[in-house]
Amino acid sequence: MNEFVERRLTLRWQQAKRAYDVVIVGGGGHGLATAYYLAARHGITNVAVVEAGYIGAGNSGRNTTIIRANYGIPEAVRFYQHSLELYQTLEDELDCWMMYTTKGIIWLAHTETAMRAERARSLLNLACGAETVMLTPQEVKALCPQLDLSGGGRYPVLGASYHPAAATARHDRVVWAYAQGAMRLGVHVLQHTRVTGLLRDGARVTGVETSAGPISAGQVLSAVGGNVSTLAAYADVRLPIRTHPLQAFVTNDYEQAFQPILSDTELLCYVSQTERGQMLIGAEFDAQPSYSLKSSFSFLQSSAAKAMHLLPFLRNLRVLRQWTGICDISADFSPILGETGVEGFLVTTGWGTWGFKAIPAGGELMAELIASGRTPPLLEPFRLDRFASDQTMADPGSTGTH
Amino acid sequence: MLWIPCPTCGRRPVEEYRFGGELRGVPDRITDPIERDVDYVWMFDNVAGVTTERWFHQAGCRRWLTVRRDTTTDTVLG
Ligand SMILES: Cc1cc2nc3c(=O)[nH]c(=O)nc-3n(C[C@H](O)[C@H](O)[C@H](O)COP(=O)(O)OP(=O)(O)OC[C@H]3O[C@@H](n4cnc5c(N)ncnc54)[C@H](O)[C@@H]3O)c2cc1C
Ligand SMILES: [Zn+2]
Repeated sequence: MNEFVERRLTLRWQQAKRAYDVVIVGGGGHGLATAYYLAARHGITNVAVVEAGYIGAGNSGRNTTIIRANYGIPEAVRFYQHSLELYQTLEDELDCWMMYTTKGIIWLAHTETAMRAERARSLLNLACGAETVMLTPQEVKALCPQLDLSGGGRYPVLGASYHPAAATARHDRVVWAYAQGAMRLGVHVLQHTRVTGLLRDGARVTGVETSAGPISAGQVLSAVGGNVSTLAAYADVRLPIRTHPLQAFVTNDYEQAFQPILSDTELLCYVSQTERGQMLIGAEFDAQPSYSLKSSFSFLQSSAAKAMHLLPFLRNLRVLRQWTGICDISADFSPILGETGVEGFLVTTGWGTWGFKAIPAGGELMAELIASGRTPPLLEPFRLDRFASDQTMADPGSTGTH
Repeated sequence: MLWIPCPTCGRRPVEEYRFGGELRGVPDRITDPIERDVDYVWMFDNVAGVTTERWFHQAGCRRWLTVRRDTTTDTVLG
């Protein structure tokens, strides 16, 4: 028998009150994790998470679940390494099995330029506390025997960077576990309640207008994923965010085990195997901003073609399902957390196509900021006012896809 | 899939085009000149609804065009 025994979740749904100390808009991973840490670490339990649909309806239930810390700037490596370490003990902390599995991620390089970038990444990662090493093509092949080192004759593998701590976890279990953890401590999670405006007193935000009536709040946190510009506009807050769709698809079962996460720095696609044995394939986000959840044939075609250059066995599998999420992508490809310049209104956004891995650290540090009024050092680089002060955190090479 | 009408080439698939960004102004309520510059350089309206945008017909006539698009359905209007 498995060493983890699944327990039934105890989600205690409550009626909305008229007022809370903190209202969090958006029941995705970031909103629910922030609520959990507010209650668990700071004793702030008079909190509501207001969710338009069902919890996990957004990107937190649509992502490809890759957890890693091999980013390209020191501020990001330290932040994501912290998040990865929180994930490693999260099943114990929340007493919930999340299928957290360490797999290691291989980032393939096909040109000298890409090799140089990956060498620089691995040195930077090591210096900032995340283990990333360089692999020869033979070492890559040993970790991933299915890989065609000639890249279908077009994309020969010169080497790769390898980040052994990279992992995956079941996304909706993470969402449910944080919801359960928060609700056990008294947090209210209000599903099917859409925020349609913000209550203001002068410039200050004093609560939310919802489809179920107004709710006042000491502080309001926006954790609405791709919908953040709409919410921020209610407070006259301008954001360097564009909302882009990101798609992914799975095939039917592949009868062999495919152990690592395989990612390509130049083809911008990545492949892993789900617990059910399906091959999960993702690639770049759509070039034009959009709020539409429509999937496109052109994405399927281009990402499948790329992945098949690397893994010829994929040819024999069939596409089972394809889906889309809408991602809040910031102008410098780094997250934006904290104060907005409008009193009572905070944001956690800019999670783009890579924010699943950030849920534990994003929630923990956001809760600390809300509780103490001070920005924790790990969040300092990701403040919104970095754009006005020319201190942007550009890291496009680490974030574009997962 | 998104189709975009080009005045020269007719209705062509989105893959032939490059997105050139939304047409937007700095809101009047921002009066401080530095803040206006910051907004101009970094901020986006990013509306869920109808936007006016520039697109470049890269794999066609290689001209810029102005397009009105509904971002909630990802369809071009008019
Ligand atoms: C296809 C795909 C693959 C991805 N792969 C990875 C990956 O491998 N690794 C990784 O780290 N990240 C990945 N991501 C990114 C990751 O999923 C997101 O960054 C992360 O889930 C964001 O969490 P969130 O809580 O901020 O937002 P969300 O999970 O999107 O939650 C926002 C919630 O707010 C709700 N909401 C919106 N508007 C309102 C309103 N007005 N009132 C009330 N509620 C509202 C929505 O219904 C939603 O439930 C991927 C994303 C996609 C789409
Ligand atoms: Zn044209």
